[in-house]
Parts: sequence; structure tokens; C-alpha cells
Amino acid sequence: MTLELFLQHFFNALTLGSLYGLIAIGYTMVYGILRLINFAHGDILMLGAYFVFYGTTLFCLPWPVAVVVAILGSALLGVLMDKIAYRPLRSAPRISALISAIAVSFFLESLAVVVFTGLPRPVHQPEWLVSIITIGGARLMPLTLLVPGVTAVLVAALLYVVYHTKPGLAMQAISKDIETTRMLGVSVDKIIALTFAIGSALAAASGIMWALRYPQINPYMGVFPGFKAFIAAVFGGIGSIQGAVVGGLILGFIEIMTVAFFPELSGYRDAFAFILLVVVLLVKPTGLFGEKQEEKI
Amino acid sequence: MNAKPAFNKRDAALTALALAVLYLFLWWADGSMAGALSWSFLPSPLNGYEIQILNLVAVYGILAISLNIIYGFTGMFSLGHAGFMAIGAYVSALCVLSPEQKEIMWIIDEILPPLAALHTPFWFSVILGGVVATIFALFIGIPVLRLGGDYLGIATLGFSEIIRVLIVNATPITNGSLGIKGIPCYTDLFTSFTWLIIVIFCTVRLLNSNFGNVLKAVRDDEIAAQVMGINVFHAKLFSFCLGAFLAGAGGALLGNLLTTIDPKMFTFLLTYNILMIVVAGGLGSITGSIIGSVIITVLLEWLRVVEEPLDLGFIHIPGIPGMRMVVFSVCLLIIILYRREGIMGMREITWNSIGRWFSSLGQSKEDKA
Repeated sequence: MTLELFLQHFFNALTLGSLYGLIAIGYTMVYGILRLINFAHGDILMLGAYFVFYGTTLFCLPWPVAVVVAILGSALLGVLMDKIAYRPLRSAPRISALISAIAVSFFLESLAVVVFTGLPRPVHQPEWLVSIITIGGARLMPLTLLVPGVTAVLVAALLYVVYHTKPGLAMQAISKDIETTRMLGVSVDKIIALTFAIGSALAAASGIMWALRYPQINPYMGVFPGFKAFIAAVFGGIGSIQGAVVGGLILGFIEIMTVAFFPELSGYRDAFAFILLVVVLLVKPTGLFGEKQEEKI
Repeated sequence: MNAKPAFNKRDAALTALALAVLYLFLWWADGSMAGALSWSFLPSPLNGYEIQILNLVAVYGILAISLNIIYGFTGMFSLGHAGFMAIGAYVSALCVLSPEQKEIMWIIDEILPPLAALHTPFWFSVILGGVVATIFALFIGIPVLRLGGDYLGIATLGFSEIIRVLIVNATPITNGSLGIKGIPCYTDLFTSFTWLIIVIFCTVRLLNSNFGNVLKAVRDDEIAAQVMGINVFHAKLFSFCLGAFLAGAGGALLGNLLTTIDPKMFTFLLTYNILMIVVAGGLGSITGSIIGSVIITVLLEWLRVVEEPLDLGFIHIPGIPGMRMVVFSVCLLIIILYRREGIMGMREITWNSIGRWFSSLGQSKEDKA
């Protein structure tokens, strides 16, 4: 393999990995706090992409406005989802909340089929994002550089919020012990709603970039990125934001590089992530950055 | 606890009576009663569409019971059902198709020679489908069942997607994404309901046995069960494999009912459908699963109304394709939010409970009088 080709694969992997990482953050934050796999997270990603698509085509909004509207809309949707489907089940067995999450995901997908129709739609890519540039012999789209850049900015902002602000402190506290935090006077429900808002906003951001990078959207586009990002979150250590990003990047590299070096395996690409999950859970269930949890009897 | 015999005479007689009524009904519904007796006063038999729905009820009943064994009775949140069903359906299809049909159908790749010559009876193919699904369950279960709760869900979901990826890529065996068409429609009313009754009978016997108690103990408190000397892992693995066997057999029946199978059929959405039946019927209730499969299957068909254009004379509402899935998912959400235990909860309908119900009806009338 030539260096140019390798560089090209490298940047593709970086793009895919940062998208997985961004989605994984939402999973890891919700799981860290509620111990709930939010199955509907991938569908928020899909809706974010559709919002931008319809914002730019139907309502003729300029791109930046459409992106902001889509992200805010998705954040609101995340909060609503928590309020309707998850909050009533806080004291219920965890599996009930999980089934509720499946129902929400099923609902959003079916609703998208009804509202947006099931046909895949092509996405118009702005010219300046896809005009090929050449760096060190590798032919790249500016988009492949933009995605990791945006991801880095978003992650840095998120880390600041979580580690240097009061709501962030409350999030950390809730993930340690929800009842004690409530007793200390933190309005737990508001913080959880904020968590959903942040996670959904990040999912929408990655959904928009996903739609730009792989320019086609359909109502089920969020399902597989969702599963894989969850696996990335587990790999990185569930509950850890840094872990989610690192896990996402590694998963992106595994997928792209395996196919790049062994093209005959390309048909099995979707299976890699799940094999990785089984291996991680057997060898190191807490993931790369996860804290070991003592099992209480 | 007083030791009751598993079957007393009254229950056996009532069960036999119910079975006789069921088979009489099937005989009539099938249309063969009219042919055999040629009585003119018989109501006309069901049409093909209604027979298809009845068949689906039976097959979904088997699938719901199999998921209920894994999840409702042993407490393992498994989402791999579509995978096991796919295995069963493909194995059965490969068995019942004639060599000539296979030669025509495999156009991407030649079919593997030993498979091309394979030709077995239908009942054998169903069992073989279940057995192959069980073998897969054994391989996936040994590493994965050590995981707890929701991780197991994701891992099994992943397993079923891997099965799908394998089916798409293993063209010499499965014909890839083209799927298999023209499977003989062996699943008629008698076959499907006989399978359902056998499955119900065996499951009820198993769950009322001591081993059934072991499974329920594992579900209710794994650590306590371990302390009592139960080999939790073996119990889980057995339950997982049994569920997989039934799912494989159910998938085989489904394939022979629909006569066409392809990888797109066996996505996670199929698993969600069955999960919906189990949750709606009641986790840990066999009668609940049956009631759930009747209600959900009929509901899904009935909901086609909302997709058809509606003409009220003064107002015309155009049909909305896909709408029934929205209604369906809202139903699931409402059930889980407001009636978490489903229709039956963990209760069962037995001859005893029906008897009590009837006597309570009589009593309340006397009280009023």
C-alpha cells in the first residue's frame, strides 16, 4: 500500500471514528447516569439529519441556521423523550426502561417513515466541502478534515462543561449516587434532562456530518451507527467521555483499516463491531477507561 | 404444599375437549370439512387471508413462548431471536426444496454440492432447523451468557445481525441477498397448531417441573439461586438453547408459511415484534404469550385500515402508508408505561382458575339476589 493511499484511509478512519465518538458520548453519559441503553439515540441522529435536509430544501434556510435549528430541535426532542418515556420508569426495573427505549426507537423510526417516507433521499453537499484538495499526495475532501475538527471542538467544550461547571459537577455526582445527590438538593430531573439535551445535540451534530459524509438519508440510517457507537462506548469504558471518544476512534480505525488491508472481508464490515464487543466484555468488561464497579449483594 | 398429580382427570378431560373443539374448528376453517361432509348448512369456511392470519397467530405463539422461556422465565434479556429464526428458516428451506429448484435458483454462485442433493420431509426440516439454531446458541451462549442484563441484549442483538451478514455473504449456501423463493407452503392450519400445542404442552410440563423452579429462581435472584447450590450458568445455557430451538423451529414454520425468505426479513424489527407480543401478553406467562400473539397479530392486520384511504362521504382522508407501525409502537409504549406487567402479568389461565371464575360469577349473582 502506498503512503498516499494509507493517508487517505487514515483520514477516512479518523472521520468515521470521530463520528462514532460523538454518538458514543450520548450513550455513555446517559448510561453513566441512568444505567440505561438509550436505544433511541441513533434515531435522534437520523432526525437531526432530516431536520437539516428539510430546513435547507423545504424552508430554504441557509446552512448555518438550519444546522442550529436542527441541533436545538434534537436537544428538545431528547428532553421530551426523557420526560415522556423514561422519567415515569425511574423506579421501575431497569429492563422496563430498556423496553421503553426500544419502543421509543421503534416509534421514531416508524414516524420518520410516515412523515419523510421510507425512500432514501440524496443530500446536497455544499460545493466547498467536497471540492478535492491534495495534501501530501493524498486526495481529500475538506469535509474529512472538518469532521474531526468539529468533533475536537465539541468534545473540548463538553469536557469543560462536565468538569468545570456546576451542572457538570451535578452530573458526575448523579452518576456516583443518584439518591444522595437528590438529598443534597440537586434537582436531579433537571440535570438528567440536561444530559439528554447535550447527548441529543451531539447526536444531531454527528447525524448532520454523517449525512454530509455519506450523502444519503433514510429513516433507518441511525440504527447501525447507534449500535456501533454504543459498542464504542462500552469499549472505551461506559460512563467515561474520554473513553467514548477513544473507543469511537479505535472502532473507526478497525473498520476502515481491516477493509483497506483485507478487501475480501468488506462484506463482513458490520460484524466487526459486534465481535469487538464480545471480546471486550469477556476480556475487560469495564473497558479502557471505565471504573471497576464492586457488585453489591 | 399438598402434592397434586400433574394431571387430574377433570383437567385431562377438559383439555381433550378443548383440543377436540380446536381441531373441529380448524377442520371447518380449512375448508376440508365442507368437502368431506357436504352439509349445506355449514357456514362457508375462512378465506385464504383469514387462514394466513390464523397460521401467523400459531407461529407467533411458538416464537413468543420461546422468547418468554429465555426472558420471562429465566430473566435473560436476549434480543437475538431474529437470528435464530433466520437459521431455522434457511435450514428448513434448504431441506425441503427439491434439487431441481435449487439448481435454478442459485444464480450468483453454484450451490454447495452436498446441499444441492439434500431433500428431506418437512417435519424433519423443522426439527433440523431448531437443532442447528441450538448449536449456534450453544456457541454464542457459552461466552455471552456470562454477561449481565442489558449487555447481553446488545451482544445477542449483535449476534443476530452477524447471522444476517453471514447469510448475505455465504452465497453458495444461502443464495445471498436474493433470498430463497418458491418454498413449498407446508405450514397449513393443522401443522402450525399441532406444533403450537406440542410446544405449549412441553413448555408447561417443563416449567411446572423442578427444573422450571430452577429457572424461575435464577430469574428472581441469581445470587440467591447460586447460594442454594444451583448451577446458574447451566440453567441459563439450557434455557437459552431451548428458546433458540423453538425460535429456529418457529422460523422454519414461518419460512414455509410465507414461502419466501430473504435476509432483510430477519432484522431486529422482527425481534421487536416478538418482544412486543411477550411484553403485551405478560412476561412469565404462557397463556399471556398466546393471548398476546392473537391480539398483536390481529391488531397488526386490523391496523391496515389506517393505511387505507377513508371516505366518510363529506370528507376524504387519504391513506398513510406506514401508519400502523406508528400506532403499534405507541401501543407498546403505553403498555410499558401504564401496564408494565402486560395483560396477564405472571398469572396463567388454568382450568382451576376458569372454574373459580365461573363459581365467583355464580356467587355474585346470589349475593345480589
